[in-house]
Amino acid sequence: MIPSVTGTDASRPGPPLADADLAIRTHDLVKVFGDNRAVDGIDLAVPAGTVYGVLGPNGAGKTTAVKMLATLLRPDGGTAHVFGKDVVREADAVRSRVSLTGQYASVDEDLTGTENLILLARLLGHSKSNSRARAAQLLEAFGLTAAAAKQVKNYSGGMRRRIDIAASILNTPDLLFLDEPTTGLDPRSRNQVWDIVRAVVAQGTTVLLTTQYLDEADQLASRIAVIDHGRVIAEGTKGELKASVGSGSVHLRLRDPEQRQEAERILAESMKANVQLDPDPVALTATVDGSDTDQGAAEQAARALAALARSGITVDSFALGQPSLDEVFMALTDKKGATA
Amino acid sequence: MTTDTDTGTVKGTVEDLDALVKAPNADELAALLVAKDRPPRPSALTSSLTFGWRAMLKIKHVPEQLFDVTAFPIMMVLMYAYLFGGALAGSVSSYIQFLLPGVLVMSIVMITMYTGVAINTDITKGVFDRFRTLPMWRPAPMVGYLLGDIVRYLIASVVILVVGLIIGYRPAGGILGVLAGVALLMVFSFAFSWIWTMFGLMLRSEKSVMGVSMMVIFPLTFLSNVFVDPKTMPGWLQAFVNNSPVSHVATAVRELMAGHWPGADIAWSLGWAALFLVVFGAATMRLYNRK
Repeated sequence: MIPSVTGTDASRPGPPLADADLAIRTHDLVKVFGDNRAVDGIDLAVPAGTVYGVLGPNGAGKTTAVKMLATLLRPDGGTAHVFGKDVVREADAVRSRVSLTGQYASVDEDLTGTENLILLARLLGHSKSNSRARAAQLLEAFGLTAAAAKQVKNYSGGMRRRIDIAASILNTPDLLFLDEPTTGLDPRSRNQVWDIVRAVVAQGTTVLLTTQYLDEADQLASRIAVIDHGRVIAEGTKGELKASVGSGSVHLRLRDPEQRQEAERILAESMKANVQLDPDPVALTATVDGSDTDQGAAEQAARALAALARSGITVDSFALGQPSLDEVFMALTDKKGATA
Repeated sequence: MTTDTDTGTVKGTVEDLDALVKAPNADELAALLVAKDRPPRPSALTSSLTFGWRAMLKIKHVPEQLFDVTAFPIMMVLMYAYLFGGALAGSVSSYIQFLLPGVLVMSIVMITMYTGVAINTDITKGVFDRFRTLPMWRPAPMVGYLLGDIVRYLIASVVILVVGLIIGYRPAGGILGVLAGVALLMVFSFAFSWIWTMFGLMLRSEKSVMGVSMMVIFPLTFLSNVFVDPKTMPGWLQAFVNNSPVSHVATAVRELMAGHWPGADIAWSLGWAALFLVVFGAATMRLYNRK
């Protein structure tokens, strides 16, 4: 039912990576809340030293999965290993190597930025003077020195996120969980968080990032698992995921919305493509499947443009590219819905 | 843009603060991340005391939370002394000799329930998730709360004793007797508070924690020998009152402050304390690890 990139197919040949190179390995992980199978048999293999994106809509089970991996929730079934350590039986060994920045700021709002960092540094075993120094350095690196002596409740959303991530890297973790790190942030703060993630992974830390924004997974992650209803519905590199829904897509904007239906018909005929009408009344998207013809996607698109011009349809803009992760996601969740 | 740590001139609004802070610096960050050495994990005592320090910081930043250990105890002493004093003992000054140690015990035991509320608030806000991912001695956050609470109980005890002294309480046991009484009460309260750490972890909202706390606290404190000698109560009630932990603690504190050595009641108080600690401490840690 799902293209070959699926991670749930038991008949799939063995994983390409040895377990020693994996930061996370789960097998048939399950968490049930009452009647709700929040996580319903997830298999993950996260290579060390990369950003791994877990993508899914609200309620897909992302946070629940992360909480089990971070030892906050006990799995109801299956196994999960972090750097080879079992998250239930060897929880303390796991805790010493991971950090979690949860979806809701996990710092104390009543305390100042400095106090929060000193508190956590002390709990990690740093001496008083080391804790103070590390807190000051982190606040400086995160650009928060001016707010260091203010209670966190006065921080903006972006600042909270930053102090929260700073708290997670007091000891450089081997694995950092970021649960929806940019939800609710403005574009500037979001870009700052992305820069931080890139800096963290550049130093060798593995990052598991959950997000509902395809853009974010596209920007940061090297491999992505798409989760819906507690299951992995697709897994692979960005390229693999995109290739799984077609070799490319053509985006068109017409001058006259009246001509859209005619354009749709012509595109479907000349490109043998699956054409979607976008919410914008002058825009439409054709997904090109290069596999059943010997023509390249660009060639097909050129012929389609010529056909449109012959019919007197004015095209204002035209773009040919790989499908966006948005399209991938819609395609995957549609397929699942259709076969369920 | 300033990097000065002295932000005293900045008004507290989010926008002003946001304008002051800089963008993160990737190079500085990279330099910090290079250090991969980890200090050894802190001892149980260090982690508990660190959480105790957090409780002190919260008192510093939110001093109005001391209302329940200052105004509330004053109200308790004055209300019961003047309400019952004349009727039960002829005068306020003679009743206060009997009442004050009891009201002290009652007030502190009532104040313990805020521990559960504080834990529940931390869970709701998410900060608890961070504590639970730290590789440290597991009960440290709870013990830290309780250490902070001991400070609050001591403040309340001082307030109550001062009000008592003003309206005529004269403990025959002197300073030593009073200190011994307060010390016993602190030990009992520390152990008793584990009931609330359990409920704080178990119940879903702050409101339900408050609700359950009231259900436990009111019968336990009022059905005791805090206000009157139980001799006039019906037999079934006497059976409850005479065996209630609050009665034992109240008697022990009353006698210690009066200069006596109530060995049996001290033993009962400590026995109850040990029981609370073992039963509810274990239940708390089970919930904490399982949540």
